[in-house]
Amino acid sequence: MIKNIIDVENLSKSFYISSKEPGLKGTIKHFFRRQTKSLKVIKNISFEIKEGEIVGFLGANGAGKTTILKMLCGLIYPSEGSILVSGNLPYRRKENFLKNITLIMGQKQQLIWDLPPIESFNLNASIYEIDKFEAKRRIKKLSEMLEIDDELFIPVRKLSLGQRMKSELLAALIHEPNILFLDEPTLGLDINAQRNLRKFLQKYNQETNATICLTSHYMQDITSLCKRVICVHNGAISYDGKLDLLLKKLSPVKEILIVCRSEEDVIKLENSGFNVKNKTKNEITIKVENNSITSSLKTILNNFDIEDLYINEPPIDEIIGKILIKKDYDI
Amino acid sequence: MISNFNSHKIFTLLKVQYANMLEYRVEIALWAISGIIPFFMLNIWTNNNLNESINISDVMLSRYFLCAFFVRQFSVVWVVFSFEEDSLMGKLSPYLIQPLNPFFRYFAQHVAEQITRLPFALIIAFFFFIFNPESIWIPNLGILFLSTISTFLSFLIQFLIQSIVACLCFWTEKASSIERLLFIPTLFLSGLLAPVASFPKYVKSWVYFTPFPYLIDFPANLLSGNATNVFVGIAIQILWIVFLFPVFRKIWSAGKKKYTAMGS
Repeated sequence: MIKNIIDVENLSKSFYISSKEPGLKGTIKHFFRRQTKSLKVIKNISFEIKEGEIVGFLGANGAGKTTILKMLCGLIYPSEGSILVSGNLPYRRKENFLKNITLIMGQKQQLIWDLPPIESFNLNASIYEIDKFEAKRRIKKLSEMLEIDDELFIPVRKLSLGQRMKSELLAALIHEPNILFLDEPTLGLDINAQRNLRKFLQKYNQETNATICLTSHYMQDITSLCKRVICVHNGAISYDGKLDLLLKKLSPVKEILIVCRSEEDVIKLENSGFNVKNKTKNEITIKVENNSITSSLKTILNNFDIEDLYINEPPIDEIIGKILIKKDYDI
Repeated sequence: MISNFNSHKIFTLLKVQYANMLEYRVEIALWAISGIIPFFMLNIWTNNNLNESINISDVMLSRYFLCAFFVRQFSVVWVVFSFEEDSLMGKLSPYLIQPLNPFFRYFAQHVAEQITRLPFALIIAFFFFIFNPESIWIPNLGILFLSTISTFLSFLIQFLIQSIVACLCFWTEKASSIERLLFIPTLFLSGLLAPVASFPKYVKSWVYFTPFPYLIDFPANLLSGNATNVFVGIAIQILWIVFLFPVFRKIWSAGKKKYTAMGS
């Protein structure tokens, strides 16, 4: 049985924030009497993550995904509830815990800007007490996997965003952590760089059985990496389960675009009881429930003279978009 | 902090930070030049014959201000500004989840910068001696050694004071404003503008109970060969460090819990 590596129970986090009314009056009032209020950004969430799992955290901006990651890696203290990551209380930041995890934030970097990445890698190797020869071996292996062998000796400021992100990954993985917290790791990268990064993460997960917790606004990251997603809405979990199930639930129909040889067939199709979405002179798009796709196709192919046919999944972004604004999904 | 101490980590940090500092050699040369306040003060003192009032010869006063310049060059601290920026911009986050106290990074940055400053400070001293040949002297090795230690202790005191102030970022966000308040007594009471010996009697009666005279005045007097009680001075510097270090640890430990990882 695969053991849990992350256990979260009734976790909450509140921040104190100050508010200010607009205008000069508000400014003066704010100067003399600052009004602060407690804002609960994470509300009694509970979940478990198994060793080797890749879990995607989905949610709109400000939903609380990053705050959850920050608590899981021990960067911030929880206000209530308990977290156990690999048997440790993350916020205590014990050395053996820190050596087991890594956090990568797409918009933040730890590489030394004016020096080549190799200097940062060597520094990290020393911080994590990795033997010189072992560090060399890991840098070689990871730089080959990430295809950045040629960029190791070029100052970070001269690297492209994609090369920098790969270097960030290498710096963050040099100590071979078992748990990766990735906060929008593909932010700002072009399509090819995103794909390469995803491929690398998949390979890293397969080779090391590392657990990966990921947030991303690029749905491709989620769909290609995560079998399980946790949807966060206003600091609470609105869905925790398989991504497939969620997509099926949210998108129970598929669209079939049929290209007919004549307008007559289009009219015949329209009058055959299908749920028509739209039609043109030679084309008609119908909506068919997932469980009756085969029978519907059979009917179409047997009874109509068609030139071509396309089955379209509704755009994934559209489906996920629904998750971001909805509170609960009962699957 | 001490429990995390690992000489290999610190050595690598120093190497990397030194390499980083060398990228900024022009800036460092300019910073070194910008630290010539003591020379302006020397000019004011000698042009107004103020040294007569405290029974210090022109030569000894020149040496004192040159030494004050040197001590300042190798004890200047800016950790509060770096820490504040890193804290507010979220750059602190990756450092906090590494098995090394982030203050070691700042410490290494400072030491690396001091090493980089050395040649520039020596060049400035060279020109100082060209214009003030009567001030040329070579301190004996023992004095040089003790004043190097004293300067390093002065740096540690300032580093700890600023680190304590820097940790207030966890509560106030703009801790550098508090540091600016500390800058005023540091400027006037440390001996940067005038030797503490020249202060009025009532100021002298209490100023030695503060750490300020041990930041510039004591090491500068020691290096320049002015009469000073070497071992008492160094012992007081060590006492200040022994007092400040646990305060820093306490405030760091409390502050970490307040960190909200803003900007990340």
